[in-house]
Amino acid sequence: MLPIILLSVFGIVLLFMGFLKSKVLLLPATLVFILAALATTFMDWGKTYLYFQNMLLTNNLAILFTTIVLLSAFMVVALSNSFIEDEQAQPAEYYALLLFSLVGAIMMISFENLIMLFVGVEILSVAMYVLAGSDKHSPRSNEAALKYFLMGAFATGIMLFGIALLYGATGTFVVSGIKSYVYTNAYGVSLLLYMGIILLLIGMLFKVSAAPFHFWTPDVYDGTPGLFTAFMSTVVKTAGFAALFRVLSVSFVGVYSFWWGTLAALTCLTLLIGNVTAVYQTSFKRMMAYSSISHAGYLLIGLTALGTQTKQALVFYSLAYSLATISAFGVLLVVSRQRQDTNGVNENFDAFNGLARQNPLLGFVMAVSMLSLAGIPLTAGFWGKFMIFTTAADKGIYWILVFAVLMSTVGIYYYFRVIIAMYFREGAAEPVKVAPFYRYVLIAATILTLVLGLAPGLLEGLV
Amino acid sequence: MLTLSLILLPVVAATLLLLIKSPAVKTLALGAALVELALAAYAFATFKADAQMQFEFDYPWIAGAGIRFSGGIDGISVLLVLLTGLLTPLITLSAFGREYDRPSTFYSLILYMQAALMGVFTARDAFLFYLFFEAALIPVYFLAAMWGGEKRIAVTFKFFIYTIFGSLFMLVALVYLYYQTGVPGKPGVHSSAIVDFYNLNLTPAAQGWVFWAFFIAFAIKMPVFPFHTWQPDTYVESPTPATMLLSGIMLKMGVYGLIRFLLPIVPAGLETWGLLATTLSVTGIVYGSIIAIRQRDMKRLIAYSSFAHVGLMAAGVFSQTANGLQGALIQMLAHGINVVGLFFVAEIIFGRTNSRFLDQLGGITRTTPKLTVYFMILLLGSVALPLTNGFVGEFLLLNGVFAYNNWLGAVAGLTIILGAVYMLRMFQKSMFGPTSARTETFDDLSGAESWVLLPLAVMVFWIGIYPNSFLKVTEPAVLNLLQYVVK
Repeated sequence: MLPIILLSVFGIVLLFMGFLKSKVLLLPATLVFILAALATTFMDWGKTYLYFQNMLLTNNLAILFTTIVLLSAFMVVALSNSFIEDEQAQPAEYYALLLFSLVGAIMMISFENLIMLFVGVEILSVAMYVLAGSDKHSPRSNEAALKYFLMGAFATGIMLFGIALLYGATGTFVVSGIKSYVYTNAYGVSLLLYMGIILLLIGMLFKVSAAPFHFWTPDVYDGTPGLFTAFMSTVVKTAGFAALFRVLSVSFVGVYSFWWGTLAALTCLTLLIGNVTAVYQTSFKRMMAYSSISHAGYLLIGLTALGTQTKQALVFYSLAYSLATISAFGVLLVVSRQRQDTNGVNENFDAFNGLARQNPLLGFVMAVSMLSLAGIPLTAGFWGKFMIFTTAADKGIYWILVFAVLMSTVGIYYYFRVIIAMYFREGAAEPVKVAPFYRYVLIAATILTLVLGLAPGLLEGLV
Repeated sequence: MLTLSLILLPVVAATLLLLIKSPAVKTLALGAALVELALAAYAFATFKADAQMQFEFDYPWIAGAGIRFSGGIDGISVLLVLLTGLLTPLITLSAFGREYDRPSTFYSLILYMQAALMGVFTARDAFLFYLFFEAALIPVYFLAAMWGGEKRIAVTFKFFIYTIFGSLFMLVALVYLYYQTGVPGKPGVHSSAIVDFYNLNLTPAAQGWVFWAFFIAFAIKMPVFPFHTWQPDTYVESPTPATMLLSGIMLKMGVYGLIRFLLPIVPAGLETWGLLATTLSVTGIVYGSIIAIRQRDMKRLIAYSSFAHVGLMAAGVFSQTANGLQGALIQMLAHGINVVGLFFVAEIIFGRTNSRFLDQLGGITRTTPKLTVYFMILLLGSVALPLTNGFVGEFLLLNGVFAYNNWLGAVAGLTIILGAVYMLRMFQKSMFGPTSARTETFDDLSGAESWVLLPLAVMVFWIGIYPNSFLKVTEPAVLNLLQYVVK
């Protein structure tokens, strides 16, 4: 559990580094800190450890999820050079908050005690509330922060209520304790337990923006500064699903028949709302918000069809999704800032017109990430969807599979609007300028997406 | 290794081409395609005429799940490998006549397309097949939407969504079949090798829906009536090289899929639904032909003729007879040659006159002896005159359809009559008659153009006069496949 301690300490160090006149050190320092945390994460590889009086548990699955989260954070930070150039920004605080939120994410991934889950969710969320409002002169950013905070606080409250009920039913906060309660009382589980499960699920589904708890998502994603949106839609989602998986697959697997129907219905609702609403967006950023809802739907399929393959599917999908989402936001960031329209930054689809001709590289990066999000073969996203679909097939739930396939056809429609704009339409003549390091990060993410698309067996057997 | 290099060579060549910015990029692309042709020809020449998979490669891919990166060539795929190898250099050469913007992207997309097609025709793993089946769509989509006509964006987008929609249902069917495989006593062990799907014992209900999942995927690709609505617009709006790829090779993916997947995996489903599927195919023949007769745009006319021809191929496959299958295989080769040639002739005429409309053309033959001869040869092949390639295929196909159902056979036979009507009408209106303002000065074929048409004309006669050099290669595999059909 060294990464939690390290990241907390590093966060404080970063806050103090904010006193320095020069900001140049902040970005490389943060990157080094994240890499250090990543390295220490792997010290527990191959073993299962309980930490801090059974509060946290690490195993290979937790390490993989932590890796995805840290990798996403690394990429987001690496793309954040605009903070340093911006006079208004306070990069030291931003980076510190990002590291603190990572602490929360890791706790959500590796909790053994539900209290730790709650604390993790809070640490992550509070940091995100602040970051959502970090563009403090923009009304939209302020609105995003307020909305996220009000709705988020409410959801966390419901979740806490659920945890309390679970404690009332089982007499324990420990995940494996609840499991043994469920197994010993297989024929007479307390009603409180069911209530607790429902409330806990509601709280968590809110965090991963699954329907019908998704209403905050479009406004918050839209108002939040782009990089933090990328962070939100990858780190928060990955950590949320890791937490959901742990609690469902360990504690509640004994009452699978109770929750799977509800979850299946919510899965379909999420897929439907996310995909269909995304079609009608004119802003790329809002489209990405709905797309993130729809991807929550695909990930939920893995949980609905909880089985031996779920682990692998969730890990692969989260990784593929995070890579594609961050590179898409990376391209959006430079494009929207340099192709402004009358309202300032242009985050609409038409900002991308003709991009591939002026900036073949940016066009390619964006095309690959859109193809990956759409689940087209030769990209990691295809195998992510494939593995999710096979979990459903493994359980024999074919209707959900057919529904998901229909919805991914809808998905192709809106992801391809970006490709069409970039490749087939005429746009501004002058190319968008991209800093070299920024470019390397995007290239690395794209290559990783393609490599995983060609050799999906690479991640096999790790969990 | 030979099969793997057939897939990898175009990928490597295309990726290198992307880095080159000089005008030599065309020639290099042609060179790569010719090397690939040599490999394909070598594979065809050394292919042993038996039912075995040959030139295999097999590597673990997702090893734990039994999904393997494996491929090879058998009697069903050998002609298609040859066709892909033969047509790609000709399509590349045919594009030399026009200056395309961003040539390195243009030519590398053609080569990427070729790699994906080779992959489709040689994959032995169902998911590998699916991967290539979808991947083939991306280069041709970009070719069509970047260099196409005015309405290209909307038209090609419809094409893309339509075809991918179909293939996603095939993916559901493949996942289902994959979970039906297994070793007794070992739960969780599955295989996605296509041959393992052949021996499954599926319930009649499962056979029914798997049949439709496959049928719709392949019917959209070919296209079979009533899934054809994307096709004429896409063929017309695409730049001619993309049209050639689509009609010459890509629609064969659909017919190939029917033979490789639908026949042997769901014979009972075919028994239940085969009559309906055949009727749809035969409807397409007549419908496509009648519409073709009314067209004034040469490219659109050839598009509808292609739609009619592919209907006959599908009907022949559904007849489940050796003749029908053999006919479909040789007709795929023949149709690829004819349709690419005809589209090229339309492109030549458009390049000189800036028009593809029959009422604006006429009298071209007066100044163009070479073009007239080649056009005539390709046209006769297309209308299935004896001693040309179309005759062999259509004869066998009609024979198969007759054996399956006399009435449908009789209706399908109309293709020969109607085909002659619309083809000869096109020839007459464009080549004969008085010259128009557009056709008054019309140069005969240039050297490069002749080099595209000459090999095609040779193939028309080779297949027409001595079809046995192809039929005997495919026969053992066809007979082997039919064992699964009558089980």
